[in-house]
Amino acid sequence: MDLWIARTPTAGIRIRLPSVTTLDSGVDSLADVTSSEDRLRRFLLGLPGVDQVGAEARAATLSTRSIKTTAKAYALDLAIRMIDLTTLEGQDTPGKVRALCAKAKRPDPADPSAPQVAAVCVYPDLVATAKHELRGSGINVASVATAFPSGRSSLAIKVQDTKDAVAAGADEVDMVIDRGAFLSGRYGLVFDEITAIREAAGDAHLKVILETGELVTYDNVRRASWLAMLAGADFIKTSTGKVSPAATLPVTLIMLEAVRDYHETTGLHIGVKPAGGIRTAKDAIKYLVTVNETAGPDWLDPELFRFGASSLLNDLLMQRTKLATGHYPGPDYFTLD
Amino acid sequence: MVWRPTLPTKDNNVRLEVRKTYKLYIGGAFPRSESGRSYVVNDAKGKFLANASQASRKDARDAVVAARKAFGGWSGKTAYNRGQVLYRIAEVMEGRHEQFTLEVAASEGLSASKARAVVDASIDRWVWYAGWADKLAQVVGSSNPVAGPYFDFSLPEATGVVAVLAPQDSSLLGLTSVIAPAIVSGNTVVAVSSYERPLPAVTLGEMMATSDLPGGVVNLLTGSASEIGPWLASHLDVNAIDLCGISDAEEARELEALAAENLKRVRRPAAEDWSESPGMSRLTQYLELKTVWHPIGV
Repeated sequence: MDLWIARTPTAGIRIRLPSVTTLDSGVDSLADVTSSEDRLRRFLLGLPGVDQVGAEARAATLSTRSIKTTAKAYALDLAIRMIDLTTLEGQDTPGKVRALCAKAKRPDPADPSAPQVAAVCVYPDLVATAKHELRGSGINVASVATAFPSGRSSLAIKVQDTKDAVAAGADEVDMVIDRGAFLSGRYGLVFDEITAIREAAGDAHLKVILETGELVTYDNVRRASWLAMLAGADFIKTSTGKVSPAATLPVTLIMLEAVRDYHETTGLHIGVKPAGGIRTAKDAIKYLVTVNETAGPDWLDPELFRFGASSLLNDLLMQRTKLATGHYPGPDYFTLD
Repeated sequence: MVWRPTLPTKDNNVRLEVRKTYKLYIGGAFPRSESGRSYVVNDAKGKFLANASQASRKDARDAVVAARKAFGGWSGKTAYNRGQVLYRIAEVMEGRHEQFTLEVAASEGLSASKARAVVDASIDRWVWYAGWADKLAQVVGSSNPVAGPYFDFSLPEATGVVAVLAPQDSSLLGLTSVIAPAIVSGNTVVAVSSYERPLPAVTLGEMMATSDLPGGVVNLLTGSASEIGPWLASHLDVNAIDLCGISDAEEARELEALAAENLKRVRRPAAEDWSESPGMSRLTQYLELKTVWHPIGV
């Protein structure tokens, strides 16, 4: 069974099989997979296991690539354009969000050629503030929702949380999955929740946070990725940033493989967003190399790949300044956030 | 018959010499140069002495990051505590006296007794500067008479990260005399050692790693001051630079111009006799005066 899924080896060596349009084992389409919880479970548990050693070795190999000069300049600007500039603290104030929005619009006041970031990511109650600050700039406002970061409340509250964010003007909604349900094997519950939030989010872009640090195994990451994509996610996102470990390169690699295979099966492009723990330009470039080598150049686009980060932006700007001026810059010359 | 390893005895002296590979001292660790380069160090007579790492601009960049990271903690310590740490350096140096003497003698071509005197002077210099730690504010600071209901006073604070191009001739006493006055007031240092005589600097680093000095407060790079100098001089996260290891006047002028970009404090190279009493000029070179107006009688 699962002939088409046999195209998901982990170590990056892609075994090319002839395109298969009809799936084996009585599953005629992906829609059929989601027709009942039983089928969904069979499908998810039937996904091939992740070669842990292979995935980690592949990620380590990809992170040794040397990206220099013009390629580096391109990568730095691309990484800036992919940032969801994030502030998710209990102490966030409207003033802090306004400052962040100013930075999103003009990351380097000394250099107008520095591109804008993709979005600003805040808690739902600050969406209106961010929306007001960013009007006319083309920068999206993303809001976390669904009882972020734990996701521990009833579906009704999660739906209302989402509706509030969208009503306040959020262009993108970052939801968390119910990890407790996922880890206890209640895949149908997780699926139904994502579908409900998908509906509540309306036209807003839906990013589904898997919180891979709590899923423990790579196999679970692969299953959760497929589950989220089948339930209608526009993006799958690694982490809330509140749990350690947050985003890692091997986890992102596995999620990128999942979106690649989903694309080959359905023709749909799903985005990936690693979040948390990516602080240096060097790290960001490692991720971009992995995106290009795993999912392909289509994903080298803010529409399909994002970084959830805040301090990363300053490091990217400093590297950019180094390339432009030839001198090492210092953090004193960039805004604190 | 049972095989037994051949043990060194008086007759079959088979013990192999342990050849040391000298490394850099950055952030309390001993990395090789990022560039993978090394160079041959000869003694004063031109005989092979050792291989040393040849630091690159990226090592300098890493060292500045380490120095910046260490700055908050080091400058935040009490002056009394910093004095103790500097005194501890002198103590640990005393224990390594023999090794320093051998290295200074070989590097600078001095007789054993003269080299010993140089090491003595270096240790004394650490003690001398250690004593300054909790006296600097009293001497340099002041309370200022102002025409208003304010208690107005000025206090010296550390400048930040200080880049030091150490003297080329005096490999230990000179190095000590340029590092100690910078760190005693809370600055952190990235120093490029003498190019031809790096061994005392390497040993100083190894010794600092086992003293109480926090990692990153002093970072020692072995290599060419002319190669690394411009990167440190133009680095925007370096707050001051000591050019005493540059002998060429034109080169020093260029480095000073690079340093002007972020208004670094620059100490120009000058002929100096390291054996003389150092005075306060280096001590006060890397200080910022903070003046506070405190309302009274309101």
